[in-house]
Amino acid sequence: MRTRGLFSRTALVLGLVFLYVPIVSMIVYSFNNSRLVTVWDAAHSPTLKWYGVLFSDGEVLDAAWLSLRVAVCAATASTILGTLAGTALARFGAFRGRSLLVGMTTAPIVMPEVISGLSLLLLFVALEQAIGWPRGLGAITITLAHVSFCMAYVTVVVQSRLAGFDESLEEAAQDLGARPAKVFWRITLPLILPAVLAGWLLAFTLSWDDLVISQFVAGPGSSTLPMVIFSKVRLGVSPDVNALATLMVSMVASGVVIATVWMRLRQKRRERDMQLAAAANL
Amino acid sequence: MRESRRFPGRRLVAGIPALWLALFFLIPFLIVLKISFSEARLAIPPYAPLFSWLHGLPVPQIHLSSYAYLFTNPLYLRSYLYSVMVATISTVFCLLIGYPMAYAIARAGEAWRSFLLMLIVLPFWTSFLLRVYAWIGLLQNDGLINNVLMSLGLIRHPVTLLQTDFSLYIGIVYSYLPFMILPLYANLEKHDPALLEAAADLGARPLRAFLRVTLPQSLPGIAAGSLLVFIPVVGEYVIPTLLGRTEQIMIGRMLSDEFFDNRDWPVASGVAILILLLLVVPIVLLQRVERRELEGVEGLEGET
Repeated sequence: MRTRGLFSRTALVLGLVFLYVPIVSMIVYSFNNSRLVTVWDAAHSPTLKWYGVLFSDGEVLDAAWLSLRVAVCAATASTILGTLAGTALARFGAFRGRSLLVGMTTAPIVMPEVISGLSLLLLFVALEQAIGWPRGLGAITITLAHVSFCMAYVTVVVQSRLAGFDESLEEAAQDLGARPAKVFWRITLPLILPAVLAGWLLAFTLSWDDLVISQFVAGPGSSTLPMVIFSKVRLGVSPDVNALATLMVSMVASGVVIATVWMRLRQKRRERDMQLAAAANL
Repeated sequence: MRESRRFPGRRLVAGIPALWLALFFLIPFLIVLKISFSEARLAIPPYAPLFSWLHGLPVPQIHLSSYAYLFTNPLYLRSYLYSVMVATISTVFCLLIGYPMAYAIARAGEAWRSFLLMLIVLPFWTSFLLRVYAWIGLLQNDGLINNVLMSLGLIRHPVTLLQTDFSLYIGIVYSYLPFMILPLYANLEKHDPALLEAAADLGARPLRAFLRVTLPQSLPGIAAGSLLVFIPVVGEYVIPTLLGRTEQIMIGRMLSDEFFDNRDWPVASGVAILILLLLVVPIVLLQRVERRELEGVEGLEGET
C-alpha cells in the first residue's frame, strides 16, 4: 500500500513539474534583457523592456482589441445557448431529438479544429452566395464560429451542475403555483448561477485563445491576437511574446485564485448560517 | 408525467440551441461533403458549381477527382497513417503519465484534492498556443534543456530536439494531459475504498488488488480520457507545425496547406471527410462512455 502511494505521488509531483516548467521559464525570460531568449543577461536583467515593446506594438494592440470584442460577444451568446441546451438535457427527461442534441453538443468539443474551421468557412461562403450574408469575413464570422464550439462547453458545465441537484425544489415551486418561466428565474437560475458564470469564463478563454478556427473564418483584413502571436512564433522565439504570455498567465492565475477564494468564503458563510439556524432551532 | 410537460416554452428551450447547432455544425458538414465531390476551378469560390440545371431541376454534379487524387498520392496515405500513429502513441503516453497522477489526486486528502485539481486545470485556462511556444524556448539547440545537459557534462554538443518526433510528442502529451487526468480522476474518485480493503483482507497484495479491483472499475474513465486525447490529436495542427518534423507532416496540416496554399477547396474537403470517417467510431464511442459516466441516466429512455 505504502509503496504504491509513493509511486503515484512521485508521478504526480513530476507530472506537475512537467506542466509548470515551461510556463515558469517563459515568465522568467520575459524579464531578460537579451534579445537571445535563451541567454540570461545578468548585468541588465530583470528589465521591463519587452513589456514596453509589447505596448507600443500597434499590431498586437489592435489584435488584442478585436479578440476581446469577439470573446465577450461569443462568450455571452454561447452562455445563453449553452444554458438553454444544458437545462433541456438535464431537466426535460427523454424528448424527441434528445440524442441528436447530445451528439451536437459533445461533438464540437473533440472535433479537430481544422475540420470545424473549414466547414464553417464553407458555410459562410455558401451563405453569402445564396442570401448575400454575411458580407465578407471578419469579426462577425469569427464570433459566429466561436459560439458553436464554446456553447458545447457551457452545455456540459451547466448540465453537470443541474444533474447534481434533484428537482424537488423546482417541483415544490410548481406545486405552489409558480409558472415554469418563474420557476426557472427564481429557482433554477440561482442554483446554476455559479455554473453559468464558470461557463461564461470558460467560453471567453476558449474564444480568446482560439487560433485555428479563426484563421479559417477571419478573412484577410482581421487578425485576432493568437493569429498575430502565431505568425511571430513561426519566425522564431521572440522575447515580447514571453512578456505577452506572462501578462496572460498572470491574469488567468489571479482570476482563478480570486474565484477560488470567493467560493471558499461563500461556502464558509453558508456553513456558518446553517449552524446559526440550527442553533436557533434548538 | 410531469407538470412541466405542458410548458409550451419547452420547445423553445431545446429548439433554439438545436437550431443553432444544426445551422452552424451539421449543415457545414454537408457542405464539406458536397464540395469534396466538386472540382477545383480558378473562380470565386474556387470550385465547380455543385448543381447543374436541367429542365429547371437541379442535377447534382459529382466529381470523384479529389478522392482519386487523395487515394493515388502516397503522400496523403502516409500522412494519414502517421497521424493515426502519433495520436495512438500520444494517447498511450498520456494514459501512462496521467493515470498515476489522477490516482494520487483521488487518494489525496480533502483539502489537497481541490488545490491539486486547480493545478491540473490552470494550464487549461492559459493560452494553448503560448504553452506550446514555451517548449520552443526549452527545446531549441541553445535552449534550457541543452544548456543544462551541457553544463552537467552529459553531452558535449547540443542535441537536436526541436522539430523531431520527440518534441512533437512532448508538445502533444503536455497539451492534452489534463484531458486525460480529469475524466480519470472523476472515475477514480467515486471508487469505494472498502473494496480494496476487502481485497487486502482476503490476502490480495496491493498490486494484485489494483489490477483486479481498481483497474477494471476505472475502464470507463480510461476510455473517456483516451478518446478525449485521441480524437483531437489526429487532426492536430498547431503542435506539429511548431514542434513537429518538417518533412513528415500530419493530416491536419495537410488539409490546411491544401486549403490556404494550394487553394484547392475540393481536395481540402476530401481530406476533412476522410479524417471524419476515421473519427466517426471514436466519437460515437465517446458519447456512449460520457453518457454513462456523466449523466448516469440509463433509465432515462424507459421513462416515457
